[in-house]
Amino acid sequence: MTKNLTALTMPKFGLAMTEGKLASWTVSPGDTVREGDEVADIETSKITSGYESPASGILRKQVAQAGETLPVGALLGVVADADASDEEIEAFIASFKADTEEEGGEEAEATNAEPRVITVGEHSLNVRDVGRGEGVPLLLIHGFGGDLSNWMLNQDVLARHQRVIAFDLPGHGASSKDVGDGSVTVLAEAAYELLKALDIPKAHILGHSLGGAIALALLRDYPQAVQTLTLVAPAGMGREVNAESLREMVEADRTRDMQKALQALVHDKSLVGRKMADNVLRVRRLDGAREALRTIEAACFANGQQSIDMHPVLEAARIPVTLFWGEEDEILPVAGAKNVPAHVAKHLLPQIGHMPQLEKTVEFNRLVEAFLEKSQVTA
Amino acid sequence: MSKKSFRQAINEALRQEMRRDPTVVLMGEDVAGGQGGSSGVKDAWGGVLGVTKGLLTEFGENRVLDTPISEASYIGAAAGAAATGLRPVAELMFVDFVGCCLDQIMNQAAKFRYMFGGKARTPLVIRAMYGAGFNAAAQHSQALYPLFTHIPGLKVVVPSSPYEAKGLLIEAIRDDDPVIFLENKVMYDDVEDVPDEAYTIPFGEANLTREGDDVTIVAIGRMVGMANEAADRLAKQGISCTVLDPRTTFPLDEQTILECVEDTGRLVIVDESSPRCNMACDISALVAEQAFGALKAPIRRVVPPHTPVPFSTPLENLYMPNADKIEAAVKAVMMQKTREVA
Repeated sequence: MTKNLTALTMPKFGLAMTEGKLASWTVSPGDTVREGDEVADIETSKITSGYESPASGILRKQVAQAGETLPVGALLGVVADADASDEEIEAFIASFKADTEEEGGEEAEATNAEPRVITVGEHSLNVRDVGRGEGVPLLLIHGFGGDLSNWMLNQDVLARHQRVIAFDLPGHGASSKDVGDGSVTVLAEAAYELLKALDIPKAHILGHSLGGAIALALLRDYPQAVQTLTLVAPAGMGREVNAESLREMVEADRTRDMQKALQALVHDKSLVGRKMADNVLRVRRLDGAREALRTIEAACFANGQQSIDMHPVLEAARIPVTLFWGEEDEILPVAGAKNVPAHVAKHLLPQIGHMPQLEKTVEFNRLVEAFLEKSQVTA
Repeated sequence: MSKKSFRQAINEALRQEMRRDPTVVLMGEDVAGGQGGSSGVKDAWGGVLGVTKGLLTEFGENRVLDTPISEASYIGAAAGAAATGLRPVAELMFVDFVGCCLDQIMNQAAKFRYMFGGKARTPLVIRAMYGAGFNAAAQHSQALYPLFTHIPGLKVVVPSSPYEAKGLLIEAIRDDDPVIFLENKVMYDDVEDVPDEAYTIPFGEANLTREGDDVTIVAIGRMVGMANEAADRLAKQGISCTVLDPRTTFPLDEQTILECVEDTGRLVIVDESSPRCNMACDISALVAEQAFGALKAPIRRVVPPHTPVPFSTPLENLYMPNADKIEAAVKAVMMQKTREVA
């Protein structure tokens, strides 16, 4: 393959995505792009998201046109240096098409690991376990009211280098609905039991929001099981919380109300479509789901404030810790990042809300990969 | 979560609600099956198409009641039982039999709450099969949901898939008003992912199975699948459609229908009930009154002719709406204009 030619291909946003629509190009042929720049909008039945260029160079060719619906992995365009000739670009496109025809659907099959329900102590947990590799496995812990689909843009990418496990917390998704007293202690215990059940003595832990506080509780209660911590807008770093939005995320029973509630999670409101709200409602409507969330809400966010303080755990941490926080977070204000000890590597992301892993996917994945890689080397 | 048929989804909804709430009882012709006959065989049938099979053995003869062939008596008994503390689910078998017990439904169950000064609740569910396409001829093929929708005091559910059927039936059983729950007999073997746990879907909220910019297709019950098929074909031809499943014809999610029409400016309604005074008429009137200014083309209805459902297979096929007819109607509204756009 010629050097410095990069294929832009239809991304895979989550398990169920087999095809996507190129809604629009946001750059024109001849424009210079940097790695991580948004170059197109991709629409799926669940989400509309920006597609970020995997490489720097010039957008030399738009192979797909706006409005086209294409399978995952299909060629959208080519980014290359200015000195690549048009002939080289055409040859690259021809050989890309030939390659993909040969491969068939193998790649899609390999990444399409379905979640399964496993019994862990008192709980049955819905677990998606993907990726192989030498490294220490990575455990993803979603936030309050979320589920493992919160990692749909991250898990498979991170799984290129190590085993990555995502699961639905007790009371969430397709997991059982008993959450005990709803405390992070109980939820951290479930996460620890899951690691044991999967024969993982030690893992990198990546926790989002309440999952961040659970990750810290895991470090507090089972320090031997935690290799590194990656915290994304973690709970337990301050008192302030948007309790009204959290309540709506639990109680909303109409698609339009849920869509509105979910929009508080992101800075770019167009990311939350009706389908996404429908999918959350499907989970909320399971018997016991709302009660479980109310129990957790009462334990962690009583009286409109955060009632858990995980600061001391973070202060005492003697393992590599990194932190992500969107500067436009409407759920847990970014001010919580101020009090974080100096040894924590901080990434504050402008124009991003409570879910950097969804809103700033490419950069987030790259920074997490780099952090894990570095700590593998030093470990 | 696992794949379940429409039939299994309904059976599971009944089973889970009967386990949860001892006041839930079933009654109807052959819902137990074999009981009381001379053969001594129990649980042979589980209803004429096997939907309630296995419930007699789990819940016994006090909660799964085979009734005499007298709709007036057992629908009346179910209405009375509902008003006095049980949550009966009565099965009318074919909805076409409603003529034999219409007073019990229309004038009794539907009116208790209102005639007794709000002091009576009537948590009654009446399940019945509807719809053509089964070669069951004119007396066993009607789609009578407009008839029930017309009667104040009833809620009317027409589920479009196994997932919808389970959640809507559990909601119906937990609801404190009489609910008519209509199952399309052609759909019993349709299969999709259905959660193992109990869950509810609220009444009066439409579901969008496709989202598009050009045309809104409102479809009811089995018509939703056909509308999806048509929408998928049209998408490949550059026409994007919203497909809206109202789920319940009363309460009707007027707001979502109007919003979708405001967005797309074009409306096709697919309704397999007889064309006069059906849901397609009702929804047309709603949109004509409240969103006329948004319409870029006249409303189109894809409905059968006003005639009893034919027994002959070719004629029955001709009678039914289908994806081809929906596709043609969408193309027609795309060609038409109510006014020249400058």
